[in-house]
Amino acid sequence: MNTQPHNRATPAVPPDEPVHTPSLLARMLDSDLWHSFVRSPVTVVSAVVALLYVLAALCAPLISPQNPFDPATLDLMEAFTPPLQANAFSGRTFWLGTDAQGRDIFSAILYGSRVSLLVGVAAVSFAALLGIGLGLMSGYLGGWVDALIMRIADIQLSFPAILIALLIFGVFKGIVPPELQDRVALYVLIVAIGLSDWVQYARTVRSSTMAEKNKEYVQAARVIGVPAPLILLRHILPNVMGPVLVIATIGLALAIILESTLSFLGVGVPPTQPSLGTLIRVGQDFLFSGEWWIVLFPGLALLILALSVNLLGDWLRDALNPKLR
Amino acid sequence: MTKSRLAGALALAGTLAFASLAHANTLRWSSAGDSLTMDPHAQNEGPTHVLSHQVYDTLVFRDQEMQLVPRLATEWRLTEDPTVWEFKLRQGVKFHDGSPFNADDVVFSIQRAKHENADMKGLLTTVVEVSKVDDYTVRMRTDGPNPLLPNNLTNLFMMDREWAEANKVTVPQNYKAGEETFAVRNANGTGPFRLVSREPDVRTELVRNEAYWGKGLFPLEVSRIIHTPIKSAATRAAALLSGEIDFLLDPPVQDLERLNNARGIVVRSAPENRTIFFGMQQSLPELRTSNVKGRNPFADKRVRQAMNIAINRDAIHRVVMRGQSVPAGIVMAPFVDGYSKDIDQVPRPDVARAKALLAEAGYPDGFGVTLSCTNDRYINDEAICQAVTGMLGQIGIRVRLDARSRSIHFAELPRGELDFYLLGWGVPTMDSHYVFHYLFETKSDKGGSWNATGYSNAEVDRMIDAMTREVDAAKRSAMVQQVWQTLQDEVVYLPVHHQMLNWAMKDNIDFPVQSENYPYFMLLKYRK
Amino acid sequence: MLAVILRRLLQSILVMLAVALVSFGLFRYIGDPIHNMVGQEATLAEREQLREHLGLNDAVPVQFARFVGNALRGEFGISYRMARPVADVIRERLPATLELALISGSAALLAGIALGVYTALRRDGWLSHAIMSASLIGVSLPTFLIGILLIYVFAVELKVLPAFGRSETVQLGWWNTGLLTASGLKSLILPAITLGLYQLTLIMRLVRAEMLEVLRTDYIKFARARGLSDRSIHFRHALKNTLLPVITIAGLQIGSIIAFAIITETVFQWPGVGLLFITAVQFVDIPVMAAYLVLIALIFVVINLIVDLLYFAVDPRLRVRRTGRGT
Repeated sequence: MNTQPHNRATPAVPPDEPVHTPSLLARMLDSDLWHSFVRSPVTVVSAVVALLYVLAALCAPLISPQNPFDPATLDLMEAFTPPLQANAFSGRTFWLGTDAQGRDIFSAILYGSRVSLLVGVAAVSFAALLGIGLGLMSGYLGGWVDALIMRIADIQLSFPAILIALLIFGVFKGIVPPELQDRVALYVLIVAIGLSDWVQYARTVRSSTMAEKNKEYVQAARVIGVPAPLILLRHILPNVMGPVLVIATIGLALAIILESTLSFLGVGVPPTQPSLGTLIRVGQDFLFSGEWWIVLFPGLALLILALSVNLLGDWLRDALNPKLR
Repeated sequence: MTKSRLAGALALAGTLAFASLAHANTLRWSSAGDSLTMDPHAQNEGPTHVLSHQVYDTLVFRDQEMQLVPRLATEWRLTEDPTVWEFKLRQGVKFHDGSPFNADDVVFSIQRAKHENADMKGLLTTVVEVSKVDDYTVRMRTDGPNPLLPNNLTNLFMMDREWAEANKVTVPQNYKAGEETFAVRNANGTGPFRLVSREPDVRTELVRNEAYWGKGLFPLEVSRIIHTPIKSAATRAAALLSGEIDFLLDPPVQDLERLNNARGIVVRSAPENRTIFFGMQQSLPELRTSNVKGRNPFADKRVRQAMNIAINRDAIHRVVMRGQSVPAGIVMAPFVDGYSKDIDQVPRPDVARAKALLAEAGYPDGFGVTLSCTNDRYINDEAICQAVTGMLGQIGIRVRLDARSRSIHFAELPRGELDFYLLGWGVPTMDSHYVFHYLFETKSDKGGSWNATGYSNAEVDRMIDAMTREVDAAKRSAMVQQVWQTLQDEVVYLPVHHQMLNWAMKDNIDFPVQSENYPYFMLLKYRK
Repeated sequence: MLAVILRRLLQSILVMLAVALVSFGLFRYIGDPIHNMVGQEATLAEREQLREHLGLNDAVPVQFARFVGNALRGEFGISYRMARPVADVIRERLPATLELALISGSAALLAGIALGVYTALRRDGWLSHAIMSASLIGVSLPTFLIGILLIYVFAVELKVLPAFGRSETVQLGWWNTGLLTASGLKSLILPAITLGLYQLTLIMRLVRAEMLEVLRTDYIKFARARGLSDRSIHFRHALKNTLLPVITIAGLQIGSIIAFAIITETVFQWPGVGLLFITAVQFVDIPVMAAYLVLIALIFVVINLIVDLLYFAVDPRLRVRRTGRGT
C-alpha cells in the first residue's frame, strides 16, 4: 500500500490563516479528485447509492411502515406474505413481503441496514482512532514504544479479523451475565470489529510520521517549542489523511460484511433486533420452501451496500494513487 | 506397519465402488442433533436413545402402534406379592462380542442404571431390589405396588456384565463432570446393529448384527446405517432433496410441501407423544429478570390467565407450524392415560380481556421479563418463542428473548434458574403420573425434578404419591382426574401445542412413524 | 544469515508465548472451570478438593508454566461440551480443514495468477473489465451468501453436487482423507469454491497490479527495445518478477484461509476445526477455544517463518533492510 504524503500544500500554510468555506468548496470542485469523480459514472452511481442508503437508514423510523424491532407490532398471521400481494387475513400489502414472524421485509432491511451501518461506521472510527493514535505515537516517539506497538501489530496481523472478533465474542459470552448480553452486544460487536482492524492504520500513519518528522519544518516547529501533540495534529496528521481515508472506506465495506457474517454465525445482535446478517441467517431456512423473498432482499441489500462502498474505496485508492491506474 | 496400513487403505478405496453395491440396503440418514453419549444409562434424552436403541436392546419396547411388546423379556407378570414383578428372559441371545446374555446381565444393568451418575435412575426410583431367580428369570421388587413398572423400562438398555467389568465401565459415565469412559465411544449390546465407527457430531456407522435373535421376527432389511447430523435446517432438506441421504428424522416444517412434491420422496406423519408449553416461576418473592421489584407478577393467577389467553395458538399452529401441530390446553399428549378432549380445552385468544386481567392484577402497563428458549430441540422452538414474545407484547408484557442450545437450557432449567421458559414433555410411561411426578410435584429429592415453576400444593403432592399405590383402576383414574382439575384451574403452565411428527424418506422406504420419535431401523422395510 | 534466522526464531517463540498467555487467560479466568466440571450440586469441600487437584491454588506463573508445558505435549484438557480430550477432537477434525484449505488455496492461486496476468495484459479488453467488475462483486458478497447460493443452485436445483459434509472418507493412519474417493472429491468442490473465491480475487488483483508495475519498468522497456517477443517478455521476465510478492502473500493467506474456513464449514457442515471452534464459541467451551487459538497461531507462525526465511534466501536486497514485509 502506498504511504506517501499527498497533501503537499500543508507545510506552506501558516498555522493561523483563516479558512474561508466558499473557497474550500471551490477548491474542492476544482481539485483532481472531483474531476476524476465526475468522470467515473460508476463511482457517481455508487456514491449516490451509498448516500441514499445512509439517508434511508438514518430516517428509518420516519419512512418504514413498521417498527420491526418491536415484537408487539408484528402480527403472526401476516407472516410469509409474498411481495406485492395482499395478505390473506389482513388484506395488507407489503412491497418486499414479510418474513416468518410477519415482519415487513422493507422495514426490516431499513432497520437492519441501520444496525449494519452503525456498527460499520463506529467500528471503523474506533479502529481508525486507535490506529492513528498508536501510529503517531509509534512513528514520532520511536524507540521501545515503536518496537512494542509494531510487535503487537505483527502478532495481531497474523490473525484474521473474523477470528479475533469471534474470540472477543466468546470471552464476552463467558463473562457478561446473559440478561445484560442483549444490551451490550452491539458495543461488543463494534469493539470486536474495531479491535481486529487497527493495524493497517497504525502502520500507514507510522511510516508517514517517520518520514515527516525529520523534515525541516517539523524540526523548526520543535525548536521554537511547539508541543509534540500540536505538531502531530497540525502538521503530520493532515499528510496521512489520504491513505487513511482509503483504508477506512475499504474497511467500512469489510466491517459491514464482518458484522453480517458474525450475525449469520449467530454471535451478533439478538434475533429480535435483526441486522442484515441475521435476516439472511433466518431467511436461509426458507430458501427451499418457496419463500425466496425472505433471504433474497436482505442479501441483495447487503450486496448493494458493500459493493457501493467498495467501488468508492476502489476509486478513491486509484484517484489518490495514480500509479495504479 | 504404516506401509501396510496405507496399502490397506488404498485397497479399501478401490473397493468402495463395489462396497456400495454389496451394501445394497445402506441407509444414510440425518437429524439435527447427535447422540450425546454411547453409554446407555448416562443420559435420558431422545436423540441419545435413538442411537442406543439400534445397538442395545431393552427388556420391552413400544412398537410403531405404541403397543408394549417383548424384546429381551419374553413375558412379564406381577407375582402374588403385588410389589414384585417377574420377567422371563429370551434364551440364546448373544452380545456382539459373542458372550451370552442372561439374568446376571439384567441385574447388573438395572443396578448400573440406578447408580447416582445415571440419568436413567429417575425411572427406577420405585425399584428397591433386583434379583436373579434362575439364568433366564429376574425379579424386581418395588417400594410399594407399582402396576405400571414395565412402562418405565422401554429405554433401559441391557449391557454385558463381563464386558463392563473387563473395560472398567461398571459405573455409568458422569456426564455432568465431563467424564470420558470406554463405554462413551464403544458399545457391546445385543441389538440389531453393531457399532463400526463413531465420530461424535460428524458420523456414526453401524452394520447389521447377522447373529441377531430377532431374525425372522423383524424385517431387518437394512444392512448398514450411516448417520450424519446436520444442524442447519436448509442443508438438511437439501441433503434429502439431492439424494445424499435416504431418511430424515426431523424435516423442517416449511419444507414439507416441497419434500412431498419432490419426485421420489415421501413424508409420513403422526401425532407425537410430546406437548410444548411455557413455565413461569411463581413462588419467588421477586423475579430475577423483571423490572417489577418487591413482588412476583407470575404469582398472581390473573397474570397467568391473562398470558394464557394472550397466546394465539391457532396462529402458531397455522403459521409457525404450518399445520403440523395440535393446539393444546393441557401439558399432556392425547396418548396418555388420563387424557380427555374435555380437559384439553384450548383457550380462545382475547387481548382485551387479557389486558383487563393484567390491570386488575395491578399491572395496567404490563411488565418486563426474560423468556429462555431452546433453539435446537423442538420443532421451530425459537420461532414459537418469537411469536409469543410478540403476542405478549400486545398486552404490555415486554419479553426479552434468550434462545440458546439444549445443552445449556436443560442444565439451567432443573436448577430453577429461569423465570420464564419453554419446555416440551413426552410421556414414555403413557401415564399421567409421570407428568405429575416430574412437572407438578413439589421440587425435592424425591420428585418435581423438572418443576421449575416453584408450584407446590401439599394436597396435590399427597394424591400424586397415593396414586402409585392405588391398585383399583377406577379409583386411581378418579384421582388422576381430580389432580388435573386442580392443576388446570391454577394455570401452572401455558400449553402451546402437541407436536406432530414428520419423517421424510425416499419413497422406496416403508417406515411408519413411531410416536415417541424412535426410529427402530430393524423395523424398516423396502418396497419391492 | 544465521543471526537473522535465530532472531526470527526467537520472535516466533515470543509470539507463541504471547498467544499462549491469551489462551491461558481464557482458560483460567473465563468461565469457572470448577463450575463447568462438577455442576451445581457439588459441595464446597468437593470444589476445594478439585481446585487443589487441578492446581488452581498455585501461583499464577506456575499455572502458566504448567499450561505451556501441557500445550507443548499437545494437552489442552477436556472439552466441556463433548467430555473428550481436546487434543483428540482436534486431531480428528484437522485433516478435513487442512484438505479443504490446501485444495481451495492452490486452486485460488492458480486461477488468480492466470486471471491476473490476463487482465494486466489485456488491460482494456471488455473481458478484463468484466472480470475486474466481477471480482469487486466477489469481494462484496459475503462468503456465507456465496455458499448458500452454490448449495441452492448445484445441490438443490441441479442435484449434481453434495450440499454438506465430506461423504466417504478413507483412514490413512490418523489422517482421515476425503481425497481418495469419488464422492469425497465431489463434496469438496462447493466448499472449496466458496472458500477460495475471496482469495482468488485478492491474488488476481495483486498479480494484475504487480504485473502492470513491472511492465512499466525500464528493463522491460529495454527488453522490448531489444526486440524480444511479447510472449517472452510477459512470461519469462514480467511474470517471474511478479511472482515473488505473490507467493509471499499467498503463503500468508493459507493461514487466513484456515480461519475463514469457519464460515464455509458452518454453511456446508464440513466437519473440520472451524466448525468445532464456532460451536465452542456458542457453548463457551473454553478448552476448545484456547486450543484452537494456539493451533492457528502455530500454523501462522510456522508459515510466516518459512516465508520470511525464503524471502531472505531469494532476495539479497532484503538482507540489508531491517524489516521484512509490508502489507
